Amino acid sequence: MQLDIGKPILDKNDRLAEENRELLDAHGIFMLNILASPGSGKTSTILATIEALRSKYSFAVIEGDLASKVDSEKIKAAGIPCVQINTGGICHLESNMIANALKAFDLDSIDILLVENVGNLVCTTDFYLGENARAVILSVPEGHDKPVKYPIIFQEADAVVLNKVDVIDYFDFNEREFRASLSQINPAAPIFPISATKGTGIKAWTGWLDSIVIETRG
Amino acid sequence: MHEFGLMSSILDTVNSSAAEAGASRVVEIRLTIGEMAQVVEEAMVFALEALSEGTLCEGAKLTIDFIEPRSRCPECGVEFEHGFYNRACPECGNPLTDIIAGKEMYIDSIEVDI
Repeated sequence: MQLDIGKPILDKNDRLAEENRELLDAHGIFMLNILASPGSGKTSTILATIEALRSKYSFAVIEGDLASKVDSEKIKAAGIPCVQINTGGICHLESNMIANALKAFDLDSIDILLVENVGNLVCTTDFYLGENARAVILSVPEGHDKPVKYPIIFQEADAVVLNKVDVIDYFDFNEREFRASLSQINPAAPIFPISATKGTGIKAWTGWLDSIVIETRG
Repeated sequence: MHEFGLMSSILDTVNSSAAEAGASRVVEIRLTIGEMAQVVEEAMVFALEALSEGTLCEGAKLTIDFIEPRSRCPECGVEFEHGFYNRACPECGNPLTDIIAGKEMYIDSIEVDI
């Protein structure tokens, strides 16, 4: 006997993500999902982003890692509310994890919620969490060919951050090829070369974030 | 690598739908998946075998209907098939085209024994 299902594979995740979105909208919170490999500088980019915009917006952060509180301690040390999600073996964040984490925040006092997804260029992209926008960070040492090797994550990005540009001379990183492949995969996404730890390019990146937050929150 | 996460979600839906219908086992699971979702069929079959043990889906056959990527140009209205990387409009060259097919991830239907 045939049973018609007719449902998206990630139906349950997507429905919960919509609930997250509604809850965040009700509190006027903009959520940015940050996707990248391990070691690309997600946490330092988050810290630099907050530093640049904290006079204008109140931030909160959700940190996703398989284990440890290493990252959330860095965020809390900067005086920012942060919830650490330890996924155990799961290689990406799912919308129910975000729903649980949101319970720990005072939502009325947050303007921008930055979600640091688990370091992974594959699985994280499938799971909508309820975010308003996605940023993918690639760091120079990972190589300019990553968009060609992992196209989906770059295709779904609203912005691409190229981190660690301060060491570009020490690596065989061809920025022209990097931009050429991105323009094939996702021509609409702006690219922001930055050095999160040196502060290079942070103004342009946070200017974009500021503008999209204003546009979304109206 | 993402196939395990996807299959785990598929089995949640399929096992509960089959149980609701009073099925004794699931014979076949039929999916529609866009090629741009980069789902590997062999990995899906392996994930199904690994994750379905002891459930109604144990031993079920997996059939995937893969959909080729198509986009539409918002400037000139042309619809065209394309590969993974270059989806610039073949007529006017506009690089900012809209994907209209090729990203699907659906469970279509299942075949069950009652």
